[in-house]
Amino acid sequence: MEALFATVTGFLAASGLYLALRGRTFPVVVGLTLLSYAVNLFLFSTGGLTTDGAAVIQDGKTHYADPLPQALVLTAIVIGFAMTAFSVILAMRVRGDQGSDQVNDQRGDDAREEKS
Amino acid sequence: MSLPLIVLLPLLGSLIPLLSSNRQRNLNAGSTAILPAVALAIALYHAPRVLAGEVPRFSLSWVPQLGLDLAFRLDGLSLLFVMLILGIGLLIILYSRYYLAPEDSMPRFYAYLMLFMTSMLGIVMADNLLLLWVFWELTSLSSFLLIGYWYKQSEARRGARMALTVTGMGGLAMLAGFLLIGHIVGTFDMQTVLDSRQLIQADPRYLPALLLILLGAFTKSAQFPFHFWLPHAMSAPTPVSAFLHSATMVKAGVFLLARLHPALAGSQLWLYIVTLTGLVTMIYAAYFALLKYDLKGVLAFSTVSHLGMITMLFGLDSKLAVIAGLFHIINHATFKASLFMSSGIIDHETGTRDIRKLSGLRHSMPMTAALAGLAAASMAGVPLLNGFLSKEMMLTEALGSGILGGLAWLIPVLATLGSVLSVAYSLRYVRNVFFGPAATDLPKTPHEAPFMMRLPMLLLVALCVLIGLLPALMVTGILEAAGQATILAPRPELHLAIWHGFNLPLLMSAIALAGGVAIYSVRRTLFSFQRQFPQRNALMLFEYAVRQLLGATQRGIDRLENGSLQRYMLWLIVVVLFLTGSGLLDLTQLKGELPLKPLDGLLVVGAAITILAGLGTAVLHRRRLVSLMMLSVVGLMVSLAFARFSAPDLALTQLAVEVVTVILLMLALFFLPQRTPKESSGGRIVRDVLLAASFGGIVASLNYALLTRSLDSISGYFLANSVSGGGGHNVVNVILVDFRGFDTLGEITVLCIAAIGIYKLLNRLRLFMPSSDSEGRPWSKDLHPMLLATVSQSLLPLALLVSVFIFLRGHNEPGGGFIAGLVTAVALILLYIARGVDWAQQRLTFQYQPIAVVGVVIAALTGLGSWLFGHNFLTSAFGHFAIPYIGEVELATAMLFDLGVYLTVVGATLMILANLGKLTTRHRPSKENEKETV
Repeated sequence: MEALFATVTGFLAASGLYLALRGRTFPVVVGLTLLSYAVNLFLFSTGGLTTDGAAVIQDGKTHYADPLPQALVLTAIVIGFAMTAFSVILAMRVRGDQGSDQVNDQRGDDAREEKS
Repeated sequence: MSLPLIVLLPLLGSLIPLLSSNRQRNLNAGSTAILPAVALAIALYHAPRVLAGEVPRFSLSWVPQLGLDLAFRLDGLSLLFVMLILGIGLLIILYSRYYLAPEDSMPRFYAYLMLFMTSMLGIVMADNLLLLWVFWELTSLSSFLLIGYWYKQSEARRGARMALTVTGMGGLAMLAGFLLIGHIVGTFDMQTVLDSRQLIQADPRYLPALLLILLGAFTKSAQFPFHFWLPHAMSAPTPVSAFLHSATMVKAGVFLLARLHPALAGSQLWLYIVTLTGLVTMIYAAYFALLKYDLKGVLAFSTVSHLGMITMLFGLDSKLAVIAGLFHIINHATFKASLFMSSGIIDHETGTRDIRKLSGLRHSMPMTAALAGLAAASMAGVPLLNGFLSKEMMLTEALGSGILGGLAWLIPVLATLGSVLSVAYSLRYVRNVFFGPAATDLPKTPHEAPFMMRLPMLLLVALCVLIGLLPALMVTGILEAAGQATILAPRPELHLAIWHGFNLPLLMSAIALAGGVAIYSVRRTLFSFQRQFPQRNALMLFEYAVRQLLGATQRGIDRLENGSLQRYMLWLIVVVLFLTGSGLLDLTQLKGELPLKPLDGLLVVGAAITILAGLGTAVLHRRRLVSLMMLSVVGLMVSLAFARFSAPDLALTQLAVEVVTVILLMLALFFLPQRTPKESSGGRIVRDVLLAASFGGIVASLNYALLTRSLDSISGYFLANSVSGGGGHNVVNVILVDFRGFDTLGEITVLCIAAIGIYKLLNRLRLFMPSSDSEGRPWSKDLHPMLLATVSQSLLPLALLVSVFIFLRGHNEPGGGFIAGLVTAVALILLYIARGVDWAQQRLTFQYQPIAVVGVVIAALTGLGSWLFGHNFLTSAFGHFAIPYIGEVELATAMLFDLGVYLTVVGATLMILANLGKLTTRHRPSKENEKETV
């Protein structure tokens, strides 16, 4: 189970990074979102993978999942949403003001090389 | 103690000239002179004790963590310099009053001058190495202001920049040296450092420390090869040159050699570096002084030459050489300051400083001619003047230097050569300017300067003569005291006299005088010889070097920061890969000690779907809508994974956020191109795939390694104290609103700020709205399907009820402010989608920005509320209350905090989505609309 979970995290991280390396804004934003899923899963798993152990205290129950990574990931999910929203709307603003959805600064010579 | 006042009064004095206007020239000069005069009086009050060998000290802890104390001392060396700085400084104040033109700002000039005076006084009185360095850099800065006083002239600006660059860099090197010394000795206290000579010189760090400190001293004192800044600093007003290049700025370097002499000198290293640098500088600069046509240029190079002589004396391994160096500091200050003043007077009265134009000025300005002649004679070392005495001592010491072994004769020969040149340029200065036929083509008709302008010169030249005639009476006391501070040995006994009988130094002096006259008479041959060399201007070379440096750095920056986000990402990822990869290499094996948990079919299927959807998002990214759908699958699967692994709160949050994210991205996609053009080259794709694959591999390995190892966690505390300490059974929620409430407060603040930032980004945004989809099909006419509209409208109350339920139970069951807020937001957004922005806008007339802000404020106030009860920020209280008809309810202040979270999430989410949605309608967010709604 651990290996499978780690594989999933790895694949999501790889897909996210590949997209984040693209040259247009939308794939970059999608890539960052995907990357944040991978990061959230990774962070979450630092508390171990527990089955049937929701961290809700009940009398007589001793088997609980680690609540701390959960609390951290919960806020991370919400902040991740804010970040996705901010970057995608920044991308829209750039397109509105400059008419392009390319992530590179179009002024530098090197940037033009990067495009090709 | 009155010691710090000597430094602080002039600092205060830098404000005084600003109080009176430029027109009240006498008042301005007079009021400026008061505080330094008081400071001089204080120094003189301490003088008898200091001359008797006492060292008054003062110390106040300033930044003890750094070892920086506000500590001052007044030993003989300090006293000598304090008297020079304040005495000549006062004369300069008087002289400037007459020198400055009416259009020059006098308050600004005096303010800079006083600031500079303060920093010099700080250097010579500092009793702490770091404090000394602080004042040292302050002299660099304030001399920059003074040299660039006529900031409208390009020459002045460039000269000032060059001086600042050279001396400032030297200062930084010196700081490094001081820090090394501080590490060796263990303190920056001056006395301890001075007493630790053996400790310092035995340490291997002595060599770098010495070189760095000498770099600081040599740049400041314009020693070869750092001499080039000084002649260009001559673009300063002449009183500034007279002050900076006679008694102060350039003397700071030789002061440092004297100050640290007890700690650093005595080694072979010091002996050779310092002596030879001084000797080379002395001859090199004296030769160029002979060639210059500008009066101030002659004086500048002669200053460099004399500083070289003083440096050489401090290098020699002899106590009397050090005394001679100190003596020459006094003598040089007096004759050089008066010579600079004479060049200022000549410039002022004739309008030129060019030796080729000037001639026969003794007819029109006899007094100035007499004074300048005496000062120049002292510079040349003519008997009965003070310059002669120190030069005799220098020649004596050069004879007995005892370095260079079999070539030891070289030192006295070269020292004599320097003296010969010195005589030649002094003679040229006097004879060409004041003698010969009266010049006729001068810009102004020359006449004698006002008496008050000549007075400072007169006083200084009188001092030259008095010291020259009565050395024992005038300077023995201060030299003995300064010598005691510099060589720390038993107090030296000095017997200064004019006549030592016929001996070798006297012969060398005679050779110098005769040789100087001889060289002067053949100077034209020298000039024509020099003409065959190309003119190399140090300023041009310096600026060329600076331009080259800037160009090279700019090219370096351009390579790293080329505006390509892809390039930045690449660097970031490569660094991450390297750091984490090297960490993984250190593991003996990837799998840890924990037993593996069994797999089941459902898990495998879920994992397969997630991986496929993730890969699909990446592979199909050029078809953006498909890619987005794939992304939503990943999000759902992640949410299921949270549910499967005992994280119901996370599952709910992820589910709600997923909905919001997909709606957001779809809205954004409406305004963006539907497809990504094919741009990346094959090589680029291969590179990125390789990079992504290795990144994924490392993340997976790291995750696996982490999952199979047991970790010590602090979570046990939260589980044990959640009910008793936080009053809630849902530990995740209790952590969020109670244990780690401060983090949550920070996070909702970030959320709120992001939403406000988005709101501003959307302001006045104009985007092209496509009328059809990417394949040219027009949008459906049925914008708001009946079914969806009806369902969403009837769902709204239900959804709101659910969110209240989730909110209320959050403390004890999965739920809470975050999730409830997201559910509310989703319900409202569904309404926007189903009915359109116009319809929703008419019914939901409130603004969302205040809601988010109020949420943050409520959360913060809840935290602050616990202060009222004497508890720490965000301490929560809870209790059980019996409410009629409902029964026993547990209420906690944490719930109020959670309400703040709830409001922030609702406000922020809707601020983002509703405002983005408005872009599609006439309700575009803009300033005008804001006014309408308010």
